[in-house]
Amino acid sequence: MSAQDPNLDKKLYYWRVQQKKPKPPVLRNTLLAFIVGGLICVLGQAVMAFFQSLGMTAKEAAGPTASVMVFLGAFFTGLGWYDELGKFAGAGSVIPITGFANSIVSPAIDFKREGFVLGLGARMFSVAGPVLVYGTVTAVVVGIVYWITKL
Amino acid sequence: MTRSKKVGRQTFMFSRPLPIISTGTVVGKKEGEGPLGEYFDQVVTDPLFGEKSWEKAESKMVRTAIQLAMQKSNLAYGDLDFMFGGDLLNQIIASNFAARDVPVPFYGLFGACSTYTEALSLAGITLDGGFAARVLVTASSHYQTAERQYRFPAELGVQRKPTAQWTVTGAAATIVGEGGSGPALTCTTVGKVVDMGIKDINDMGSAMAPAAVATIKQHFEDTGRGPDYYDVIATGDLGSLGKVLAQEMLAEAGYDLSKNFTDCGVLIFRPDQDVHSGGSGCGCSATVFAGYFYRGLLSGQYGKVLLVSTGALLSPTSYQQGESIPCIAHAVAVERV
Repeated sequence: MSAQDPNLDKKLYYWRVQQKKPKPPVLRNTLLAFIVGGLICVLGQAVMAFFQSLGMTAKEAAGPTASVMVFLGAFFTGLGWYDELGKFAGAGSVIPITGFANSIVSPAIDFKREGFVLGLGARMFSVAGPVLVYGTVTAVVVGIVYWITKL
Repeated sequence: MTRSKKVGRQTFMFSRPLPIISTGTVVGKKEGEGPLGEYFDQVVTDPLFGEKSWEKAESKMVRTAIQLAMQKSNLAYGDLDFMFGGDLLNQIIASNFAARDVPVPFYGLFGACSTYTEALSLAGITLDGGFAARVLVTASSHYQTAERQYRFPAELGVQRKPTAQWTVTGAAATIVGEGGSGPALTCTTVGKVVDMGIKDINDMGSAMAPAAVATIKQHFEDTGRGPDYYDVIATGDLGSLGKVLAQEMLAEAGYDLSKNFTDCGVLIFRPDQDVHSGGSGCGCSATVFAGYFYRGLLSGQYGKVLLVSTGALLSPTSYQQGESIPCIAHAVAVERV
């Protein structure tokens, strides 16, 4: 705003903002994320125990357990509850597989009005897409490293 | 005859007061539950407003606000010479689609959240220039339409930053011109684009504060007025952080606004409504002025109000490409005459 070096003004303004900026409540957020994230995992464990009680091995039970948890995440997103949980729990509800379901179902709901092809179909992975792409790339890289070290 | 109406560098003094004939406001549920709820004409509790999409709902809010303003003024569309309006959506569809049902010559505007004063400013210039007798001004925003365009899908479970703001769901229509006797536009200071390098889209208040400061300072320099001239100086949607920053920078420039400075984004919600830094959007300053301040001016609670709507001129493309946020603020003075 003054006639001096505009970059200096910008730097000074940046520091002014940093000093006034309210800080996120890190301790509270971390605790809530730990508790809610932990509870979601306990629920997952309970589902797994149920499938094991039907005679599956731990490895066999993993698939159906993930399916049930993805279903629950999607279901509660549809009811409009998962975003409320997310506000409260932060990373605690984003990181588990239920959060992954939420990241796919929420744009699907939003873009359904733009039609099933250009809306729902095209936008469904707008949030989860990068996770899938880089998750796959990372898996391939790790696989190659593993293969080389085993040679 | 040809005496210039321009004073100083960016301000236009109208040759006569231009009365605001009537206003109409429609807001969403959260805004209706806020501290200013009683000042709005209509509160719509359904975010879809009976329509099939949020975009259609926003457009219907604009149409409803226009109908309310028309009813109150007892005017017909034939009495209006122009409609100036805008919103936040791509290609300003809420306003364009509402204007489809309004048989009045239409200029669509985009000034992001500064659209309301941008339109009022242009209305004043058009009226004082003798190009119109009455002008209809509209501005709108909608929480869900703005969120899905600029940020994330509505149902995504993410935590918002404390500096984030909540887009106001609401539309306001205002009719300015001949035949009114109420509060009137007396001058306008047109803003320049200011960019102080802020890139955080979850901190619009900090990005916009320097633009508000630049326009307010220029207004005082051009008119020779000081902060005490006004009963209220209200910025559009700086939110709690931007308001503090703007007030501090103005104090450093020698203008003490501690007594009469406020922000529409701070006024419209209570802090416990989970809105973090406050309200934002075109509908924020539009509904707060057309609902709350206009009634205050009518009742005599306020005599002189300076409204400075602030806009962040970014797009989803610009921030994804790492650009900083250019901002603008336009000021209009509304006084009881």
